[in-house]
Amino acid sequence: MRRVGISQSRQSFWSKLWALDWALIILIVMVACIGFIALYSAAEGSFSPWASKQMARFAVAFAGMIVIAIIDIKWWFRFTWLFYVVGLVLLLIVEIMGHIGMGAQRWINLGFMQLQPSELMKIVVVMALARYFHSATLEDMRRITFLIIPLVIILLPVGLVMLQPDLGTSIMILMVGGVMYFVAGASIWIFIAGIAAVLGAIPIGWHFMHEYQQKRVLTFLNPESDPLGAGYHITQSKIALGSGGISGRGFLEGTQSRLNFLPEKQTDFIFTLWAEEHGLFGGALLLGLFGLIFLYCFIISLRCRQNYSRYLALGLSVNISLYVILNIAMVMGLIPVVGIPLPLISYGGTSMVAALICFGLMMSCSMHYDSKVAH
Amino acid sequence: MNKEKDHVKVFTRRAFVVVGAQGALLGVLGARLAWLQISEGPRYRTLSDKNRINIKIQAPARGHIVDRFGAPLAVNNPNFRALIIPEQAQSVEQSLRALQKIIDFSEKELQDVLKQAKKSAKFIPVEVMDDLSWDDVTKIEVNLPDLPGLSTQVGERRSYPFGEATAHLVGYVGAVSKSEIGEDPLLRQPGFQIGKSGLEKRFDSVLRGESGTSEVEVNVVGREVRELKNQPSNQGGRITLTIDGELQRFAQNRLSQERSASAIVMDAITGAVYALSSVPAFDPNAFNGGIALSLWEELLANPAHPLTNKAVAGLYPPASTFKMITAMAGMKAGLVDPSRTVYCKGYYEFGNGRFHCWKKGGHGYVDVRHAILYSCDTFFYDLATKVGIERIAEMARAFGLGSKLGFELDEERSGLVPDPKWKKGKTGKSWMPGETIIVSIGQGYLQVTPLQLAVMTARLVNGGRAVKPWVTAGGLADNRMPETGWPLMDIDPAHLAIVKEGMDMVVNEPGGTAYGSRIKEPELAMGGKTGTAQVQRITMAQRAANVKNEDLSWEQRHHALFVGYAPIYNPRYVCAVVVDHGIGGSRTAAPIARDLLTEVQRRNPAESIIHFEDQGAGNGAAAPGSGAI
Repeated sequence: MRRVGISQSRQSFWSKLWALDWALIILIVMVACIGFIALYSAAEGSFSPWASKQMARFAVAFAGMIVIAIIDIKWWFRFTWLFYVVGLVLLLIVEIMGHIGMGAQRWINLGFMQLQPSELMKIVVVMALARYFHSATLEDMRRITFLIIPLVIILLPVGLVMLQPDLGTSIMILMVGGVMYFVAGASIWIFIAGIAAVLGAIPIGWHFMHEYQQKRVLTFLNPESDPLGAGYHITQSKIALGSGGISGRGFLEGTQSRLNFLPEKQTDFIFTLWAEEHGLFGGALLLGLFGLIFLYCFIISLRCRQNYSRYLALGLSVNISLYVILNIAMVMGLIPVVGIPLPLISYGGTSMVAALICFGLMMSCSMHYDSKVAH
Repeated sequence: MNKEKDHVKVFTRRAFVVVGAQGALLGVLGARLAWLQISEGPRYRTLSDKNRINIKIQAPARGHIVDRFGAPLAVNNPNFRALIIPEQAQSVEQSLRALQKIIDFSEKELQDVLKQAKKSAKFIPVEVMDDLSWDDVTKIEVNLPDLPGLSTQVGERRSYPFGEATAHLVGYVGAVSKSEIGEDPLLRQPGFQIGKSGLEKRFDSVLRGESGTSEVEVNVVGREVRELKNQPSNQGGRITLTIDGELQRFAQNRLSQERSASAIVMDAITGAVYALSSVPAFDPNAFNGGIALSLWEELLANPAHPLTNKAVAGLYPPASTFKMITAMAGMKAGLVDPSRTVYCKGYYEFGNGRFHCWKKGGHGYVDVRHAILYSCDTFFYDLATKVGIERIAEMARAFGLGSKLGFELDEERSGLVPDPKWKKGKTGKSWMPGETIIVSIGQGYLQVTPLQLAVMTARLVNGGRAVKPWVTAGGLADNRMPETGWPLMDIDPAHLAIVKEGMDMVVNEPGGTAYGSRIKEPELAMGGKTGTAQVQRITMAQRAANVKNEDLSWEQRHHALFVGYAPIYNPRYVCAVVVDHGIGGSRTAAPIARDLLTEVQRRNPAESIIHFEDQGAGNGAAAPGSGAI
């Protein structure tokens, strides 16, 4: 495999900038541009209120991503546990605020944006697991007792997010955590046992689910039974997608979204808008770009010389791909409606920031592929 | 070190699995997208269009009905309505409650609308109120943001400027009933009205016009975003009648002096009807938008049948007006010589029965002319026994009795000319000779409509042409007058002349039954024949006690009939008048006929030319065969 990064960590800023994964950056910018176009169209051909704001956020978060990428991965390694604790505290703050009369909410208002700690927590959990598994040997990974602490690392935030309540995010943290176990070399039997446990927990989980969550699942099972009621979103989304056909209705011509038949067109259902207007060509292009990004992340993870970077790069790639796949599967009616945004494209500050943090960390892994992180 | 290499190997292997899973899942999504957009694309495209496109039907304006001079008998006036589309209202009830605060809208009306809204599909607009004042319309328009689902619409309301005068002839329109709703979506439009009676019903297809459509793009809350297509509606065809509106009004007013009556004024030569009137009538304007139940029940309960057009649907014994037919039958059979006389001693004995002449003590010797002049029953009793029922019935049918005449009103009835075959089929019994005697003076099983009486009279006085009545200029139905005029009947003109002479004498000779009702201006003078139809048999006791008919209750009194024509020479107009329970033809029916025939000659509509180039055509397109008569 050809080398792209740099071997020494102490390089000048400019040479580091040069050494960034520009191919990945170009892919990211392309996807983000698709998002801007879609948001411009969602506002019926206007930059306000969404596209302009999204572009500004992207610019700021992009700069942040570059900074994150340039910082040596060993620093991220060193502060991982701190981040984890901070993340937990933020989740607790949200939980407590909800209890002291501000109503159930998932975010902290920072003034310029509303921060959803749970979004950041997904990243931090990956970092923490990578940190924990970094020093583990294959033998460690086969020891059940060794695997209890990472389970705690996963379940603490999952529990807090469940309390919010945010079923989608909890499931995603669980899934990413599972993948981290997998890539770190845990026995296959653990997964078989885990899947069995999840299946067993479904009836119990159903019991604890909120009514609107139960309704979403039921709606998913038969969306067209109630096209004007709860199944409305899925049905309208499928109509919009299908009516796009191969070549799409044309830019700014998507009637389902323009006439507001499509719900949440600027956030969760933005893929629908894009594929309605640009058809199978546009939809496949976007899926292809995401595919290339995941492939690139995979290559980064293979190239890394130590476990932390390997696990982190792949784990973050899985995190992003879960967003992408679950969001698109949802708008296509393949899974229940869960509030998961499409990274880089959906309107929203936290998801944009979270995605670019992920890419920044990955690029840091890539650039400092052989950085000696302390044991 | 080897262990670490193994660990890296495990990682690499598992990383491949992960990226493979990512790729596979993206592939699944791509396949799903392709399936949705390619194989399901057309279906979803249709659903998408269904979502966004509302096809609105634009109701056509109903064609006008005008009289021979172009005076409007049925036109459309603007009508403001408030509609609610249930699916566009968050709650129909909430919107209606909000409306209640703005305008006068009763609780009962509200409940009715709610019921209606529940019954029909959510996207079908339901009429909330109609006939709104301009004030209310502005109030609603201003408050529309607080009235989700509501909208106002300018519609057209049928209006009948002549009111009661044309109620029976022109008819009225009303809401489409469930059984009338067919495939035509136009009929499902709220407030759409179709002809329910009279010419409005008969020519509904002509008057209705063609609906237009407007395709509008709507957003999710149903607000119209833009119009995609608009095909304007075509107004229904205009129908010009042969009616003289003012004469019609005159007739209605004149008849209204009686409790229940009907009359027809017709052209003896062409068959064009100038006035056709039935009293009591109703206000057709009250039927628009649904008649109040109380009014409807009142109309139904009225013993004078205000909803029935008695001029075409009323069945009466023709009584003495039938004597001309008996006379014609007798002359055709060669049994009546103009100079042959019969002695009337006040009754006629046949078998062991006694048939009374209306005049106690009798008329003495009478010939055929005087038999008509005095309306002597005995003469016709005698004649009937010789002529027989078959020939009388045949003559009656030749003069248009006993069957429908193809008039433009569906309400027309055929009446009855009895003969032995009919009686056998109906009752299984044989014809009795005494029944022939009763038929000869227009009683018994005989039943005719006033329209048939007018046609009979026309055929008697127009030189024996088989004229048929029509009321739409040019004859929109199959009753168009042939180019060469109505065909001649197989009748000896000399016989017609004798009958006509008798009818002249009835009115203009002292002693004639209608002498008191003669028209004194010689150039306008009329001829005619009175008739007094028994509603029930006069009992021996009544005859002995000399009970006067007017002492009986209204329902038991005789019907009064009169058929007339004018002028005496070359008659142009005929008239038939029936006054229900009017006691006597000479007493109540003849004066009406006198007034009608005077008025029609004064107005002389036969000399006016009707322009009906646009007969039955919408938007000014000319119908084939147009012209003027």
